[in-house]
Amino acid sequence: MIKIGKESYLFDNVYIKTTSTISGKLEQLGPVGGFIDKCFSNNYCNAKTWEKAEMELLDSAVKLVLEKGNLHHDDIDLFIGGDLNNQIVINNYVLKNYPFPLLGIYSACATLCEGLFIGATLIDNVNIDNVIVATSSHNATSERQFRNPTEYGGQKSLTTTFTTTGAGACLLTNKPTNIKITKATIGSIIDSTILDASDMGRAMAPACADTLIKHLRNFKENPSDYDLIVSGDLSKFGKETFLKILKEHNMELNNYEDSGLMLFDIFHQPVFSGGSGPACIALVSLGYLYKMMTKGAYNKILLIATGALLNPIMTYQKETIPSIAHAIVLERV
Amino acid sequence: MEKEIIKKVMKETNPKRKYLQNGIMAFLFGGGISLMGQEFLFLFNDILKLDIELAKTLMYMAVIILASLFTGIGSFDKVGQVAGAGSFLPITGFANSLTSAAVESRSEGLIFGILSNMFKLAGTVIVAGVVSAFIIANILYWVRL
Repeated sequence: MIKIGKESYLFDNVYIKTTSTISGKLEQLGPVGGFIDKCFSNNYCNAKTWEKAEMELLDSAVKLVLEKGNLHHDDIDLFIGGDLNNQIVINNYVLKNYPFPLLGIYSACATLCEGLFIGATLIDNVNIDNVIVATSSHNATSERQFRNPTEYGGQKSLTTTFTTTGAGACLLTNKPTNIKITKATIGSIIDSTILDASDMGRAMAPACADTLIKHLRNFKENPSDYDLIVSGDLSKFGKETFLKILKEHNMELNNYEDSGLMLFDIFHQPVFSGGSGPACIALVSLGYLYKMMTKGAYNKILLIATGALLNPIMTYQKETIPSIAHAIVLERV
Repeated sequence: MEKEIIKKVMKETNPKRKYLQNGIMAFLFGGGISLMGQEFLFLFNDILKLDIELAKTLMYMAVIILASLFTGIGSFDKVGQVAGAGSFLPITGFANSLTSAAVESRSEGLIFGILSNMFKLAGTVIVAGVVSAFIIANILYWVRL
């Protein structure tokens, strides 16, 4: 593993052994729902509370990734995970069932790529075999914590994004497989200048653009070097802002998609301007993109997970929303 | 990432809010709810021949019960998304905020959940109402002296 420029890294020997994706009903009915491993028929996920439902999603993802990777608890060297809840409790409480050494992380909806970076770094530098990187989100737990009770009748603005109900787990290994993690770029906090917490897509766009620009500059690449560039959850309005910021830097993309618009059909599903939440990019990348790569449909994908690092208290104190974006490159070998 | 570029693009991509459409919907739904309240008043006062003060109380109860029921069955938020201020401003909004907060907090039990969180959203209205009533009452009292 070597450092390239100030923010990027090149990996030698990091592979994805398998992935698992679990979701609620709305995600299953979306454009890439067929690529999700298991879907619950509603957001309760057979649990008594919203938080327990999200735990059920994450637990199912972990169980399934172990099963698909044909591994036992003792084979896992490290678990890296995080979620949107305060103190990342979903992650912590689910891990009560497992003996894995744990690193809990938080970067909101950018958690997946932060986790993949840390896991890949350890695999490439230390003699460890198997790392699980996982994340989850749930529409109701997120509404409860960041916004209002789920049955609250206040009108949501048109820029609102819809938190994904789901979980994704990725098994990283040092033993060669078809899909490799080759590069990463770590983002820094970008001040979005936005005060409106219901405008998160646009709040994350500058960070996404910043990380993309740094990534391409460090590796001396063009956007067309990738089959696909996929952002985390900018959704309808964030996508427009992202592309406009890139245009200000004389960059145009014709191979770009956003996970929030891939996971949901914003014209036929009640998801406002698109999907959000850590599980958004997890379901799209570990489900649809990973499976398409194993079939040979894509060879080189740049994932840019984006996170809005706010909480309600700072929003009420009229502070602008800081955002971050982390990039990971997946390559078919 | 230069802040000037971010500010410039944010200004350019700021979505146009649908003020006229929202205003019309709020007018229609708000008017509709008020009309419903008036019909209840006719029912209690004119048809059932109840005392006007009792009729008013029953009218409020009826509207609140309906709003809470709708919240409980999961329909109020769908109506609220279309109606906007039309369902939020009348007493239906108050009833919905209490009911939705109570329903959501059930998972934390009776004391720390429902009882503790029920006025989470409605608290603003209550405090503002009580404090402003106190101020106005004082002004009136001292002016009339």
